Amino acid sequence: MPDTILVVVEQREGKLNRVSWETITAGQAIAAATGWTLEAAVVGSAPASIAAEVAGKKLAKVYAIESPKLEPYTPDAFAAALKQFLSSKQPKLVLMPHTYQVRDFVPKLATAMGRTVISDCIGFKHESGKLVFTRQMFQGKLAADVSFTSEAPWFATFQNGAFRGDKAEEGASAAPVETVSVDIADGVIRNKPQEVFKEAKQAVDLTQAEIIVAVGRGIKEQKNIEIAKQLADALGGDLAASRPICDSGWLPMDRQIGSSGQTVAPKLYLALGISGAIQHIVGMKGSRAIIAVNKDSEAPIFEIADYAIVGNLFDIIPPLIEEVKKAKAGG
Amino acid sequence: MKQVPQKDAPLKLNETGTWIREDVSYEVNEPDAYALEEALRQREKHKGEVVVITSGPARAQQVLREALAKGADRAIHLEDDKFVGLDAFNTAKAFAAAIKDEQFDLIFTGLQSDDYGYAQTGVILAELLGWPHATIIMQIEKTDTGIRVKRELEAGFFQFVDMPTPAVLTIQSGINKLRYATLIGIKQAKNKPLRKVPLAEVQSAIGENLQKIEKLYIPQKTKKTEHIEGAPGEIAKKLVDKLRNELRVL
Repeated sequence: MPDTILVVVEQREGKLNRVSWETITAGQAIAAATGWTLEAAVVGSAPASIAAEVAGKKLAKVYAIESPKLEPYTPDAFAAALKQFLSSKQPKLVLMPHTYQVRDFVPKLATAMGRTVISDCIGFKHESGKLVFTRQMFQGKLAADVSFTSEAPWFATFQNGAFRGDKAEEGASAAPVETVSVDIADGVIRNKPQEVFKEAKQAVDLTQAEIIVAVGRGIKEQKNIEIAKQLADALGGDLAASRPICDSGWLPMDRQIGSSGQTVAPKLYLALGISGAIQHIVGMKGSRAIIAVNKDSEAPIFEIADYAIVGNLFDIIPPLIEEVKKAKAGG
Repeated sequence: MKQVPQKDAPLKLNETGTWIREDVSYEVNEPDAYALEEALRQREKHKGEVVVITSGPARAQQVLREALAKGADRAIHLEDDKFVGLDAFNTAKAFAAAIKDEQFDLIFTGLQSDDYGYAQTGVILAELLGWPHATIIMQIEKTDTGIRVKRELEAGFFQFVDMPTPAVLTIQSGINKLRYATLIGIKQAKNKPLRKVPLAEVQSAIGENLQKIEKLYIPQKTKKTEHIEGAPGEIAKKLVDKLRNELRVL
């Protein structure tokens, strides 16, 4: 029997989270490198339709793990359900997307089984029979290859965008689906979640913006936001920010780009004084062109920039505004 | 709370390429600063005591001193160089062992650290203690039966969760506005109790790491980056040329 890789796809309120396709692509790549068998699982109160959707991909099998207690989501129920399932199946490797929901339950699940999670990975390597996972460290300034030193099952989660969801291979025929009912005892679930809601309507939709001028900590003071706004206006673009700027109240939360804000892919993303923390990068790395201005030549933002300007943004922006205005006026 | 290298500190690899050289400037992990602030605010509303805990070498005491100066009542320092190399599982085990005689109602951690970025220690600690937990918290209210917390979900969604105490909460940056330490606070901090826990005291609780950093390195660039240099005026001209002729957005 070859070892098994199990991808646990994510569903919320009966809908598949699209990022799950990326994890399946990752699973298919690891299966190809190691020769291990690839299976998938979906966890929920009525997982059948999602299991059928997932079964179209190239997988050996799909498990629909079900219990009425799995809706609404709670970390207690998800950890209990998966612990039961994994203890009986004993896969070698369990993969999940690094979503807020997975972050909420997977460390608990692994701990309950005396195992560990290598979280927020961006890739893997399989060299001379050894499997290592690559992850960013120190806010993306360094990378690490991390291996498991414990018994299986091994748990790993992949960062949003680490693999291409549209590259997940279709199967020649639908994979068999097996329904597994799990028993979650009374008293296991301690949290009572209320309805999911959106804070005051999102006033600004940056996902359709063609040009975005985004500011980070390097802007230093609230009053300096004005200069970025002038540049955005001159370019006919929208103003956005990294999380610390919105946390400080210098710009409203609906202008925040990143894992907790909006994910954008404009023609041009101008990053002013943004260091490029992972949580920001995941929200803008799909931009067609990225120009970064930062005084720190080692800022991780430069890793993904098409054009890099190392310098003081307060020196560089005013003449840039003038040149843009001139260019626009001159036609 | 955790001490991490300063955000813009240049990092150098050690000789074995498994960790950074220790001779950098350190600061408090930013999400942990918000966790402390929230604890102080909850104490101001509901009375009680705020205890801060960290693990790491002697330098990490600075994080505790700052927390005491901001208003924490006492501190616990798991002090040893070896704590730096523990994985999240063993770090949480060491904390659990160090606080076994305490009677906390709530444990707050920052949602993740700026060095490892695992986002796991708080949740693992909850499981080891047998407590419920909630992650990425933006608001905490006391209720008749426990607490009601506001969880941040992705893409601008939120959710309130009712839960019993004791509980572990991982706190999101921006939940509150950070305070500064006052001069009086800094003075008073010197007389506040700080308990040092040597490695030997928790050694029996921790085991071998379950995961290992094989290699730490400077990431390979996947993108070709063009550096634009010169005086500010020149840079502006060159950029506008790119915007017009290469990116075609002007």
